[in-house]
Amino acid sequence: MSSEQAFVSIRGMSFSRGNRLIFDNIDLDIPKGKVTAIMGPSGTGKTTLLRLIGGQILPDAGTIEVDGYNVPTLKRAQLFELRKKSMGMLFQSGALFTDLSVFDNVAFPIRVHSDLPESMVRDLVLMKLEAVGLRGARHLMPAELSGGMARRVALARTIALDPEMMLYDEPFTGLDPISLGVTVKLIKSLNDALSLTSVLVTHDVEEACTIADYVCLLSEGGVIGFDTPENLIENGSEQVRQFMQGKPDGPVPFHFPANDFSADLLKRVK
Amino acid sequence: MINKLIDSTQLLGRAALARLQALGRAGVFLFSSLMWGGPGSAGFGDLIKQIYSIGVRSLSIIIVAGFFVGMVLGLQGYTILSDFGSEAALGTMVSLTLLRELGPVVTALLFAGRAGSALTAEIGLMKATEQISAMEMMGVDPLKRIITPRLWAGFIAMPILALLFSLVGIWGGAYVGINMLGVDEGAYWGNMQASVQFYDDVIKGLIKSLAFGLVVTWIAVYQGFDSIPTSEGISKATTQTVVVASLAVLGLDFVLTAIMLGSI
Amino acid sequence: MRTRLMELAVGAFIVMGIIALVLMAFRVSGLSASDTGDKYTVKAYFENLGGLTERAKVSMSGVTIGRVTKVYLDTEDYVAVVEMEINKSMSTLTLDTSAAILTAGLLGEKYIGLTVGAEDEYIEDGGVIEDTQSALVLEELIGQFLFSKAEE
Repeated sequence: MSSEQAFVSIRGMSFSRGNRLIFDNIDLDIPKGKVTAIMGPSGTGKTTLLRLIGGQILPDAGTIEVDGYNVPTLKRAQLFELRKKSMGMLFQSGALFTDLSVFDNVAFPIRVHSDLPESMVRDLVLMKLEAVGLRGARHLMPAELSGGMARRVALARTIALDPEMMLYDEPFTGLDPISLGVTVKLIKSLNDALSLTSVLVTHDVEEACTIADYVCLLSEGGVIGFDTPENLIENGSEQVRQFMQGKPDGPVPFHFPANDFSADLLKRVK
Repeated sequence: MINKLIDSTQLLGRAALARLQALGRAGVFLFSSLMWGGPGSAGFGDLIKQIYSIGVRSLSIIIVAGFFVGMVLGLQGYTILSDFGSEAALGTMVSLTLLRELGPVVTALLFAGRAGSALTAEIGLMKATEQISAMEMMGVDPLKRIITPRLWAGFIAMPILALLFSLVGIWGGAYVGINMLGVDEGAYWGNMQASVQFYDDVIKGLIKSLAFGLVVTWIAVYQGFDSIPTSEGISKATTQTVVVASLAVLGLDFVLTAIMLGSI
Repeated sequence: MRTRLMELAVGAFIVMGIIALVLMAFRVSGLSASDTGDKYTVKAYFENLGGLTERAKVSMSGVTIGRVTKVYLDTEDYVAVVEMEINKSMSTLTLDTSAAILTAGLLGEKYIGLTVGAEDEYIEDGGVIEDTQSALVLEELIGQFLFSKAEE
């Protein structure tokens, strides 16, 4: 772990869903002011980790500290306060409110959480939309937006209150190359311009590595690697390198465990 | 054999416990929504919007149904009463039946079907598209923002709808009785006025529809909120709303009627 | 603009509800202005109520001037006590007013009919109507009829 300050500090955290143990006593630090990518094979619980940090679900054991507050122990009102002050989460689908226009969507958190006059709200909304390049689309309804545009509007909405940390859930999935480039650029520039702590959950290794300061690899309930992307690719364990380089076979085998192939074929004939 | 018996008992037990759990969740849900939020929790404008979509939009079905039910009551009532030579009591019969029972109950059933299912689908969809989660992560309480105004809107809209149903029904009965079956107009309205007690019949009917309004809207909203966020889950939740709400209305009607009649 | 229409619609909706309630009150349930006015209470004793219940009408010359509010048995004298509320506008009931339990219409709804007497003084709030006539009970009528027939 780095000696920099950690914005999120997870210790001894375990979480299981049903019979499956998703996290087994893990320790993790998310450094402040940097872009950290959380990656791993499908189903390892990357999105679950985001929900745990955001307090939407409770761990079975352990502490999750965000900006000094132990999230699982917070009461409902305190949790909402913390989210309002420190967290912004961008969902995979954008999750815009379908009955509100783009403008009203971005204005929503501002109107709810502050008593600013409409003229100031308008200015703020326009600034946020300008940051994501969609100021001209402010009168459209979410149904009229493309996937990439919807996600950008959602991004504007999420930074409306200038949170200290941004959580991105699969921001690159399903985007065309141009939108992809735009999103990558936005995440990085926002992080730097607003001094955010950004946490990216993705399996797009290439894109993530272009902007991530640190990469955290999850697998089978534990952290198998946490370092800068370059270090992981060069010095990581076999498992780490297989993932980072996208090799089809290695510690994670290509073949699902099965009987001998010829024996299987012959059985059919009988 | 015995294993199967044990298995099915276990399944039954588990299902019963699950229902009990769900009921508990629903109770906490209702309590949390109403505890910290009055009608204006999401702003007056939102309350208006909800009353519109729940109440005003249900008007057409309520009025048409009310008219038909009133007419049928007129027909059936006339047939029964004429056996006793008491056609003059038709006004009384139609109005009391509507005000005390049919008005609140049928309105509630129709409401469950139309507005209830719409509410469940709307909220279920919001859950499935992660709008609820997004709201939570913005530090905005979705219960206060989405659920509370809808609960209040249902509570306000239902008695109005029930009253209108009864009114239209009485008029429908009058139309059939007076114009088609020859009941004396004076007798219809006069006897009705003599036997319908405002504080007993009208107000009690109103109390019933207030109770139904709360229960139906609560069930509809909860089912949507608790639904599995897939298209299958939402459709199941919508069906369940209509079924559970309808049964709840009928059951509650019995309880309320027993209490009200008992207190005379 | 769309919200304007919506607000108008909701406003109309609520107004419709209020109108419905008012219509119910006055046209359907026959609530009249006098019903909500001041009232005073009067008692009367009867041998037999014959099915008179609470909320029954109290009328004079066929016009409703009040309602029966309470009906119970006096356990000392073993007579039925009827308490009724009469509109203040009808405060000119003479002391010798008589009260009779009568039947209205074919369906047999019982009500109290008052007939004013000739005295100068009026019954006050809390006063008692002395002259009462109990309800006609079918069995007693038949008994009387048979008795008188037997005498012939």
